[in-house]
Amino acid sequence: MIQTENLSKQFQTTQAVDRLTIDVKQGEVFGFLGPNGAGKTTTVRMLCSLIGPSAGSAVVNGFIVGKQDRQIRQSVGILTETPGLYDNLSAEYNLKIFANLYEVTDPAGQVEKYLRMLGLWERRQDEAGTFSKGMKQKLAIARALLHEPSILFLDEPTAGLDPESARLVRDFIGELSSEGRTIFLCTHNLDEADRLCDRIAVFKTRLLVMDTPDRLRAQVFGRRVVMHLANASELLAAQVRVIPNVKEVQVIDNKLVINVDDPEHNNPEIIRTLVNAGAEIQFVGELRRSLEDVYLQLVRNAD
Amino acid sequence: MKKVSTIIKKEWMQVFKNRLVLFSVLFLPLFFTALPLIMLGVMGGSSSSVEGLTGEMPSEFTQLCPAEMTAGECAQVFVVTQFMMLFMLMPLIIPVNIAAYSIVGEKTTRSLEPLLATPITTAELLLGKNMAAAIPAILATWLSFGIYAVGAALIVSSTTVLKALFDPMWLLAVILVGPLMAVLSVNFSLIVSSRVNDPRVAEQLSAVVIVPVLLVFFAQISGLFLLNQQLILLMALGLLVVDILVLYLAVRLFQREAILTRWK
Ligand SMILES: Nc1ncnc2c1ncn2[C@@H]1O[C@H](COP(=O)(O)OP(=O)(O)OP(=O)(O)O)[C@@H](O)[C@H]1O
Ligand SMILES: [Mg+2]
Repeated sequence: MIQTENLSKQFQTTQAVDRLTIDVKQGEVFGFLGPNGAGKTTTVRMLCSLIGPSAGSAVVNGFIVGKQDRQIRQSVGILTETPGLYDNLSAEYNLKIFANLYEVTDPAGQVEKYLRMLGLWERRQDEAGTFSKGMKQKLAIARALLHEPSILFLDEPTAGLDPESARLVRDFIGELSSEGRTIFLCTHNLDEADRLCDRIAVFKTRLLVMDTPDRLRAQVFGRRVVMHLANASELLAAQVRVIPNVKEVQVIDNKLVINVDDPEHNNPEIIRTLVNAGAEIQFVGELRRSLEDVYLQLVRNAD
Repeated sequence: MKKVSTIIKKEWMQVFKNRLVLFSVLFLPLFFTALPLIMLGVMGGSSSSVEGLTGEMPSEFTQLCPAEMTAGECAQVFVVTQFMMLFMLMPLIIPVNIAAYSIVGEKTTRSLEPLLATPITTAELLLGKNMAAAIPAILATWLSFGIYAVGAALIVSSTTVLKALFDPMWLLAVILVGPLMAVLSVNFSLIVSSRVNDPRVAEQLSAVVIVPVLLVFFAQISGLFLLNQQLILLMALGLLVVDILVLYLAVRLFQREAILTRWK
């Protein structure tokens, strides 16, 4: 649905996006993670034909960015970084404008459908300016969906929302995805990305990694077990290394740090082997790095 | 066309919620209509003040008055023609407020990005914004001219003066030149509006377009040159060409990317 090849964007002196190559499949929820200033919004703007790439190419929904911009705009929905509503117009009228601009066949019906779906129907006559931040965000999401786009770009949909509203928006994104829409989700929220996304790209001007959350976890976040021994030694480590499913064993002071995919399953055997080899085990624990740590490390390494 | 009319309706919904803009659309025409009527009324009442006025008239003008006209009538015709210029100025001034705000206003509220993300073309967007500002200005001008014409017909008794008032030249000016002026002023304001980042700057810069016309106005008063039918037609023709050029320019100058990204 979205293919980019070496997609790049340079602003006067800053390189905002550098040779991004991705391939987002139909029906996929694709998480686009990166720190502030990583170039997420810039990427979304390029993919929605709002700004032109300075190098590279992209195809969105079969249309070429820079050549078939109108078709792209007609077939994608975008939740912009700021809702950008008409504050002095009613919620309903805000949507009506966009239903007409997208040439929706049944504007009134579509407007009602999404106002109801997002729980704003009762407040439809109120000016958008009187809405809370969360309601504005929901209204902006509704606006992006009126023309039933097959691809939806969401630029930080839950930023600044309280946990409950964020939850609501997240559930809604899940629903949209189950309808078979392709969703390109920019976020800072690792937990959100983990829960919603089929694949995650960590991005900071350049693409750092891209994989399914599970494999990313295994790859970068991999689980580690730490065992404190009274007599830690390379010899004991070597005994552990040969056990199936054990990936790496390091000796650090009086500890063995063991990388293993499935500690619950593999630990008993590791412990048995060590005890048989004469190890005196004092403590066993899991060395857990949070998703955040790993993400931060990835992003820092990018500098 | 559907998209253009959507933009027009949207602009009107917003504009007419703004009291200040509403005031400028309504007050100016009312003022410009009442003023000449009051003048005519006062002059029709006392002929002595009229005699005093004749002395101040440019001599080119007194020469133009037909011999059978009294000095008082001639003065009335003079006043009427002066105020006719106001009806040409009106369509120039009224829409500036609306048009100047229309792009930069969307930048400040960040509503431009979702708007540009829709399949609307630049020409459609600008046409919509253009008509949204020009149509009320033109209607307000025509309406006030109508009121003025009816009012003047009631106040002025001399048929020679009335004939001067309904001179085809002025009808041409109000019906043809006025709207063309409105379009010019709107386009200019739109260009300014899409190039600046501050609504106040947009309004001030847009006012620049009014200055040349004001110059014509004062030139007229000081008797530098007088308008006639040919000149009006020529003006209309010139304006038409300029209008088309400026509209084309506005579309060319409206660079979506620059407008979205140079704004922070
Ligand atoms: N209009 C612009 N002119 C110059 N530089 C820009 C412009 N827009 C963005 N940039 C730069 O490009 C880089 C990427 O910005 P972008 O807004 O895409 O980041 P982001 O990932 O969306 O960040 P955030 O999480 O804060 O929204 C930044 O260094 C920014 O300063
Ligand atoms: Mg951003």
